[in-house]
Amino acid sequence: MSFDLLNIRKDFPILDQKVNGKSLVYLDNAATSQRPVQVIERMNEFSLKTNGNIHRATHTFANKTTEAFEQAREIVRSHLNAAETAEIIFTHGTTESINLVAHSFGNAFIHEGDEVIVTEMEHHANIVPWQMMCERKGAKLNVLPFNAKGELSIDLLDGLITEKTKIIAVTHVSNVLGTVNPIATIIEMAHLKNVPVLIDGAQGAPHFQIDVQTLDCDFYAFSGHKLYGPTGSGVLYGKRKWLDQMPPFLGGGEMIDRVTFGKTTFNEIPYKFEAGTPNYVGAIGLAAAISYLESLDHTLVLKHEQNLLQFASEKLKTINGLTIYGEANEKAGVLSFNIEGIHPFDLGTLLDQLGIAVRTGRLCADPIMDHFEVENMVRSSFAFYNTMEEVEVFYQALIRLKAMF
Amino acid sequence: MTIDEIQQEIIDDFAGFEDWMDKYSLLIELGNEMAPIDVQYKVDENLIRGCQSRVWLHQEYIDGKISFVAESDALIVKGLVALLLKIYSGRTPQEILTSEPRFIDEIGLRQHLSPTRSNGLLAMVKQMKLYALAYEKISTKNN
Repeated sequence: MSFDLLNIRKDFPILDQKVNGKSLVYLDNAATSQRPVQVIERMNEFSLKTNGNIHRATHTFANKTTEAFEQAREIVRSHLNAAETAEIIFTHGTTESINLVAHSFGNAFIHEGDEVIVTEMEHHANIVPWQMMCERKGAKLNVLPFNAKGELSIDLLDGLITEKTKIIAVTHVSNVLGTVNPIATIIEMAHLKNVPVLIDGAQGAPHFQIDVQTLDCDFYAFSGHKLYGPTGSGVLYGKRKWLDQMPPFLGGGEMIDRVTFGKTTFNEIPYKFEAGTPNYVGAIGLAAAISYLESLDHTLVLKHEQNLLQFASEKLKTINGLTIYGEANEKAGVLSFNIEGIHPFDLGTLLDQLGIAVRTGRLCADPIMDHFEVENMVRSSFAFYNTMEEVEVFYQALIRLKAMF
Repeated sequence: MTIDEIQQEIIDDFAGFEDWMDKYSLLIELGNEMAPIDVQYKVDENLIRGCQSRVWLHQEYIDGKISFVAESDALIVKGLVALLLKIYSGRTPQEILTSEPRFIDEIGLRQHLSPTRSNGLLAMVKQMKLYALAYEKISTKNN
């Protein structure tokens, strides 16, 4: 296990390209990360040699595919240190994972007058599914705010949890502010009052090693494509005690035990929640991404990511009129900002001309935009394959572009 | 000048620049020079909301011609809006309906009209055409 940046970048040939005549600087990793050749080759090899539908036939390809799919589930289980593979549900991404819980947990446990807690810094994907469910059930959505630094006001949480609170949904890492939330503390506080907690790990899983048993979270959701894996792949971890009691989300093949027109009985977990043909190629690719990550020294990876973030923050702070959003003590991967007098759309357009990819806009987080009273932001986000030189290029580009306005 | 002649003039103006930065500098300059839209027109009913930037578009129909005023919160978009107004404002519905803003493609800024960029520009062109269509129907009915 090692961390050799030059060699690592060779695993990501997509990075070695010219965009608009300039060397690509890819700083939009929080939107989607790039995939190493190991993932691409694994998926290609699978599609070229062994494709067959899972769990449904006796022929060799079907059996090999089933085996690869279930191996992928075991790789995810081991990565998260879940108690059993049945607690690992493959989904199409974080959004589907959260919708599954909001729908199925909501149907089983949330009734009129009950309450759900989310936070002010959630991505829309961890707000809207709960809102839809609350509307359906006549339940109430309560919001834990964050402070000027972009840290959750944890001191308010205890007062917000009432005997009507049925679940708390909170992001591990904010996709806008970069804040690493104290999820262990939140889970502990919630459990003291017997309230389960769902963690949106879309931005957390790419940076941190998660041990769901130590953390004791009830649900953890993440996407493959932000974790160096393919799009359309994702995971929902859920404790068996909840999953067993939750009704299915979607109906169809694989999730059933026996169907008659009078009554259908459902399969066991995880299959109960995997209706239809899953994206098994995606799941296999996601497992390959996890294996790739596990081949690197995680301590060094994290250290490098933190160095990038710190260097970028220090550099950008020296630019006159630049405001950074989110200055939590613990941050990961994300640096959002605005430069006075320059619209993020203009900045993003011009940065692209210089080969630099960032995200601009409302970042799927309207409440955060409202909190800071801005319409848009520019977001740079870092992955372990980024270099200090790229941060320097980014900084120089901002200086150059600022002079155009 | 016809719509097409004005478009050609814009294309010729931009053809002089080899460096993309000069093109964008000119757009920024055009955006900066543009008179701000009257606050009474900067209202939600005139707002074309993109995910990235916003455009306000107001129109009046006078003597068979549609006069447009518009503004955007992003300068590059505002520069392009200024050019669109130069082309389409003060034209008959028929003229507006039969001309496409080909200059954007030809000056190498095509990406700004892709529907996925959602900067409000494409929606603005569509909205101008919808107004033209509506006024054309009214005028043929009156005739």
